[in-house]
Amino acid sequence: MAERPEDLNLPNAVITRIIKEALPDGVNISKEARSAISRAASVFVLYATSCANNFAMKGKRKTLNASDVLSAMEEMEFQRFITPLKEALEAYRREQKGKKEASEQKKKDKDRKTDSEEQDKSRDEDNDEDEERLEEEEQNEEEEVDN
Amino acid sequence: MADVVVGRDKCGEQRLVSLPLSRIRVIMKSSPEVSSINQEALVLTAKATELFVQYLATYSYRHGSGKEKKALTYSDLSNTAEESETFQFLADILPKKILASKYLKMLKEKREDEEENDNNDESDDEAES
Repeated sequence: MAERPEDLNLPNAVITRIIKEALPDGVNISKEARSAISRAASVFVLYATSCANNFAMKGKRKTLNASDVLSAMEEMEFQRFITPLKEALEAYRREQKGKKEASEQKKKDKDRKTDSEEQDKSRDEDNDEDEERLEEEEQNEEEEVDN
Repeated sequence: MADVVVGRDKCGEQRLVSLPLSRIRVIMKSSPEVSSINQEALVLTAKATELFVQYLATYSYRHGSGKEKKALTYSDLSNTAEESETFQFLADILPKKILASKYLKMLKEKREDEEENDNNDESDDEAES
């Protein structure tokens, strides 16, 4: 697959925003400087990937994982990134766990609903009678508690 | 602490990374010998790249001459690439800029040196025979 040159670049708007947020207010960033940082970022990705891949190969794995990336940062002498990266990883894992639980819950609810719909078809009348009886029972209970 | 890790987008929603994962993935896959990339590795690489952009920008600004003028310029960045060991891997893509006239002068001097060396070689040959 041939990549077009622009595919290896990162979006200018996002890069600019990251730079602006990092620098003090009112600092002007020349177009050349922005473009240079963007290119540098792409090179950083390549360098980090290559480095991480070495760690994966050492571990006889074909898939790059999180620890390979962290080891690469250490190797490249960007130790200052390791703590924030570990925090990001924790946050990401919590998010994923939350999503998984939410979709499992949805599935449970869906299954329950489907089951009860099938039962309703044959027992509509019975349920109505049951509901009326339940309401009466609840009212009785409330009266007892008040006393 | 969470603010350091998450950014906020236009809607004010918290997002873990701002850079598009699909693009990061394309760049990573262009590296030879890389077979596959696990999703966590992709997220971490994107996050690391953001940290890198911040670091490169602030480092270059602090050490650069543009500071008095409250500006970040290309030369601040190329100086960083040349002078800092951490950023040396960027030296080839952030070369220092010189005036065209100076470059032409350098080329001329280099050519003159090469001609001189050629002449010396010839005279060496003659001496041997």
